[in-house]
Amino acid sequence: MTLKTFLLGACSAVAFIATTASAETLTIATVNNGDMVRMQGLTSEFTKANPDIQVNWVTLEENVLRERVTTDIAANGGQYDIVTIGNYEVPIWAKQKWLLPLDGLGDKYDMNDLLPAIRGGLSVDGKLYAAPFYGESAMIMYRKDLFDKAGLKMPDSPTWEFIGDAARKITDRANDVSGICLRGKAGWGENMAFISALTNSFGGRWFDEKWKPQFDQPEWKASLKFYADLMKDAGPAGASSNGFNENLTLFQQGKCGMWIDATVAASFVSNPKDSKVADKVGYAIFPSKEGVNNHGNWLWSWNLAVPASSKKAEAAEKFISWATSKEYTALVASKEGWANVPPGTRTSLYKNADYQKAAAFAAPTLAAMDAADITKPTVKPVPYTGGQFVAIPEFQALGTTVGQLFSAVIAGQSTVDDALAAAQATATRDMTRAGYIK
Amino acid sequence: MATQNTRTLARLMMAPSVVVLLIWMAVPLAMTLYYSFQNYNLLTPMNVSFAGFFNYQYFYTDPAFFQSIWNTLVLVVGVLAITVIGGTAIALLIDQPIFGQGIVRILVISPFFVMPPVAALIWKNMIMHPGYGVFADIAKFFGFQPIDWFAQFPLFSVIIIVAWQWLPFATLILLTALQSLDSEQREAAEMDGANFFNRFIYLTIPHLSRAVTVVILIQTIFLLGIYAEILVTTNGGPGYASTNLTFLIYRTARLGYDVGGGAAGGIIAVVLANIVAFFLMRAVGKNLDK
Repeated sequence: MTLKTFLLGACSAVAFIATTASAETLTIATVNNGDMVRMQGLTSEFTKANPDIQVNWVTLEENVLRERVTTDIAANGGQYDIVTIGNYEVPIWAKQKWLLPLDGLGDKYDMNDLLPAIRGGLSVDGKLYAAPFYGESAMIMYRKDLFDKAGLKMPDSPTWEFIGDAARKITDRANDVSGICLRGKAGWGENMAFISALTNSFGGRWFDEKWKPQFDQPEWKASLKFYADLMKDAGPAGASSNGFNENLTLFQQGKCGMWIDATVAASFVSNPKDSKVADKVGYAIFPSKEGVNNHGNWLWSWNLAVPASSKKAEAAEKFISWATSKEYTALVASKEGWANVPPGTRTSLYKNADYQKAAAFAAPTLAAMDAADITKPTVKPVPYTGGQFVAIPEFQALGTTVGQLFSAVIAGQSTVDDALAAAQATATRDMTRAGYIK
Repeated sequence: MATQNTRTLARLMMAPSVVVLLIWMAVPLAMTLYYSFQNYNLLTPMNVSFAGFFNYQYFYTDPAFFQSIWNTLVLVVGVLAITVIGGTAIALLIDQPIFGQGIVRILVISPFFVMPPVAALIWKNMIMHPGYGVFADIAKFFGFQPIDWFAQFPLFSVIIIVAWQWLPFATLILLTALQSLDSEQREAAEMDGANFFNRFIYLTIPHLSRAVTVVILIQTIFLLGIYAEILVTTNGGPGYASTNLTFLIYRTARLGYDVGGGAAGGIIAVVLANIVAFFLMRAVGKNLDK
């Protein structure tokens, strides 16, 4: 080989490497929720502005996504450059060093605009490890027409006692209207999200400061009994298999007097295209118990993060910066209307007059999100953070097992006392195994 | 008759496939065995250590363990009972010369072509759903309160769905057996004055016994590991009402990311399945030697 051919070869090799490096492909794993599917549709706007980045989507149902992403990250598989994860995972994974801190989002990003509660939940030691795509708290959605008919008026700060009475009054079995629809399907992110928030507002907690499970305490007994009785008297048929989506359909079809769930539901129930009751929905803050000054403290966000195993961190951060920016919000608004922009992440959105006009749920959503404090979910001290969940790795399995036990109560297969005793036993067992209880 | 040489040659030629099959079986089993003695949780992968028999003890003391074994047995026996009895009845029916026999036979075996998760989804949302399901509509038509199948009778509902899927298999095997029954024998019995029931009991049933054995053996293998139907419909609940051993292992390994505990559960399941197989072979396998 002469020097000339060697040089030529070397040059072309360098050129080849340079061209492949200039067209990077990002693999993004995301959940098949409406807002994410919309983001997927708008990707071409991003690739137009960044011709050197290609985007490859892996869109999955929530449980499957969680399983795949967790397995991939834990095994250091490196399949994904961006993952969509909840605020439950972010602090746990950041501490495991599974995520890269997001310090390259750009000068224009305006991090101080992120809602404090959301930003706090995604930061470890002051560093942001995931950028929020949309966020939510929980609130009451109720049918104003049914309330009027029953001669009821929703108070500014309703108590559970009022909600219980109202639900029983509104229930109209002959016309297939249930007074209240609540999650009953077992799962840490399904019925336990609601039941944990409910119990927080009853003054209960998952664990005491020494990680001892608290299911043997009176607060849990009171909250679970309240929930089970209410579902029996005023809940829909098949309640033990209803999750967020099932209740959404029921409410949209006019079969629920009230529904207490995630604030993101508001844009769906008030959309006349899908909802028969769009013009009759009122909103109110998550109830509290008489004598206990605590609302549900539900706080959830879907976020974009970069796994530590990704080799394309720079491009990944560019995409994340685009997808969670104010410009993206404006882009969705220009194409789909203000009511459809991803909610619950930025203060500026709630100050936007166009948004306030288009979304009647804007103010109650912001109020609910501001009321949430995941560092202090309940009145008693706790060793964990998280409102409707407990931010420890073991919670997924434990939460789902306990959720099963509680769903058996509203299915009529178990009593409140039996379910609580079983939950106490299984939680003690799991926490001992994981080394929390010495 | 094979000479010494051809026999050696045959062994040599078979050796690769035997080795592949052995690895195919042995490697996963060995890995499962290995992990069952490790403290290994995917969520804390840095803390892997030797666990001794702790994973086994942990799995065996799971509050759902004994119920899951009981549920596994109820599922197997329930589905077997429905498919064997129902399969015989349907096989007898479609063996009759009826109009459109070909189409009827295809319809009868068609559930077997539906994938388990799809079948379970259809049963859950379109047939047994207390609000929108066909059963609910029927109940409402007659003025009854619809039954919430998966909440009130979870295990029974799963049995129904699985039995619906396996009924065609049993029917098909039993139908071929029926058709192999010598018609002369039947006519002879008829001439001797045996009525339908006598013919059924003294002629058909003994003739079907080997086919029934095959059905029971094959189905048991598959039914011990029912999973998709439970995952889609009840998720093992409410409570532990429809958790079988497979689902308990899934819950441990995939929901809890507890590889060690799940592996221990897997080994326990292998041992239990072998015990079942042993008794099954002794009890019904005898039929095959005749």
